Amino acid sequence: MVVFVIFLVLVMLAGAISACIFKDLLNAVIASGIVSLLAAVLFYFLQAPDVAMAEASIGAGLVTAIFVIAIRKTERKE
Amino acid sequence: MRKFISLLLVGIIASGITLSLFKIPFGTSKTKVGNYYLNKGIEQTGAVNIVTSVVLNYRGFDTLGEVTVLFIAALGLGMVTLTFKREKREKREKREKREIQPPSFILSVGSRFLFPFILLFGAYIFLHGHLSPGGGFQGGAIIASGFLLIYLSGERRINKKRFKLTESLAGLVFLIIGLIGLYFSGYFLFNFLPKGIANTLFSAGIIPLIYIAIGFKVGAELAGIIDGLMEEIQKEFKAQN
Repeated sequence: MVVFVIFLVLVMLAGAISACIFKDLLNAVIASGIVSLLAAVLFYFLQAPDVAMAEASIGAGLVTAIFVIAIRKTERKE
Repeated sequence: MRKFISLLLVGIIASGITLSLFKIPFGTSKTKVGNYYLNKGIEQTGAVNIVTSVVLNYRGFDTLGEVTVLFIAALGLGMVTLTFKREKREKREKREKREIQPPSFILSVGSRFLFPFILLFGAYIFLHGHLSPGGGFQGGAIIASGFLLIYLSGERRINKKRFKLTESLAGLVFLIIGLIGLYFSGYFLFNFLPKGIANTLFSAGIIPLIYIAIGFKVGAELAGIIDGLMEEIQKEFKAQN
């Protein structure tokens, strides 16, 4: 259980750092979506299902979609 | 010299924060209000889900502020997209043309099949907000993601005026319930309805009513945001084919 949570946090860290580094903004948005999704799983394991639900639907779903639409309307490369 | 002064200032602030953080006893609970909510919450509000009893009963006024913040954010985004559209007319010729691919068969059929189930799930989440995890905000976001899916699948449009009307009416219902509590007992958002038997659907007084209003409001608002953003893309797609 603890090992799984540590693995989750490490993947989240990698996703957050790569979201900052990537020059292709579409890849950066996908990386930040992965961070939100894993944060939702982490909230569930920390016994906060209310927050997990909001994070999964807003953070991983709607925000990613809105960013993708915004990239389509502007520039893809940084 | 300037760099030295700023470094000194940052050092002073950092040492102050560190010193004050060392005084906090980690691992022990200094606040008594959390235990009070856990012990008395079900008895006082009738909601089995303690989070809901805090969000809508003990801190109901804060939730009204949250709904207002979301409304202002949607308003600001609408204004930005409106000005963006006007500028874009002139710049459109300069940019390179991008092909828009039509949605694949699996996406269009699958999302049309899933849409009613997603709506049902969102409605379940905000109807059972006082019994199980979830509530108005979560249910509304799930409903809006269902609308996002239907937008990705093709050309179905929502009726903008009806969505605005739903949103305004839901916000009004929240305020009116709060004002009725003010009229009958002297407190804004007072739980004036009978609390009923805990752990049943018709319990907890005004909490389910407010969560239904919030669910409709958040769902209509977020679906409206997606509609405003996707409108232009759908028009371009239609012009292409």
